[in-house]
Amino acid sequence: MTAQVKYADVEVGTEIPERTFKIDRANLVMYAGASGDFNPIHWRESFAKAVGLPDVIAHGMYTMAQAGRFVTDWAGDPGAVVDYGVRFSAPVVVPDDGGATLQISGKVEEKLDDNKVVVALTARAADQKVLTRAKAVVRLA
Amino acid sequence: MAINRDFIGRTFPPTEPYEVSRVKIREFADAIGDPNPLYRDAEAAKAAGYPDVIAPPTFPIVVSLGNPALADPELGINFSMVVHGEQRFAYTRPMRAGDVVTCTSTITEIKSIGNNEKLTVETDIKTVEGELICKTYNTLVERGA
Repeated sequence: MTAQVKYADVEVGTEIPERTFKIDRANLVMYAGASGDFNPIHWRESFAKAVGLPDVIAHGMYTMAQAGRFVTDWAGDPGAVVDYGVRFSAPVVVPDDGGATLQISGKVEEKLDDNKVVVALTARAADQKVLTRAKAVVRLA
Repeated sequence: MAINRDFIGRTFPPTEPYEVSRVKIREFADAIGDPNPLYRDAEAAKAAGYPDVIAPPTFPIVVSLGNPALADPELGINFSMVVHGEQRFAYTRPMRAGDVVTCTSTITEIKSIGNNEKLTVETDIKTVEGELICKTYNTLVERGA
């Protein structure tokens, strides 16, 4: 399959509209089970606090997966993603009551050869950047 | 406690083969809340040109967990203080149901950043036939006391 978005239709600076993703404790328990990452900082508040964290925090990979979905939904084909990397700059704190809200947006930062583009991603939770240097290289149609 | 620098540059033997299943991909897609049919419906995946359902871009982390590179007690890492620092995947193609893969990992970097320790592992995820599916770059941070 090929991406739905056409290379010719995007320019450097093309923005991908922001989307919001809710995260609650149940998401983290499901993610722990599915991924095999059972580190208790992601589900046991007393443990998270004992090791100096403010509360339970989301798996970095859960946040990375949400930003990945943001890219694959835009591109139209998950297989169009050829490179994807992030730095986890701040933890996403997920309180028992109310959970967390992740806001993700993107911008085409560079057009490469072979119909590839670099998408720079911004992810925020509680007014903090939770990902930095977050970039996906996507092969467009 | 410092992580053992003797491990810098060490490459570990390939892991036991891991068979990627439709059920595991669907479970992972459900867990990340992504309803994309290419992760669940083999017919949809075939219609899109794939031999079977494909996995989300971050799925290879499942295969690379339990990395033997991190299992040696001599490494001296305190996992209760570890947070994920950076992660990158460079894909040759999407992973898909039916792939039988192994991971070969190398510890490429261990260094101090302030009170923290940083460790980077590079992993080649290949099919048992030898096809490279992706390279992963995983950086862990052990927070200092």
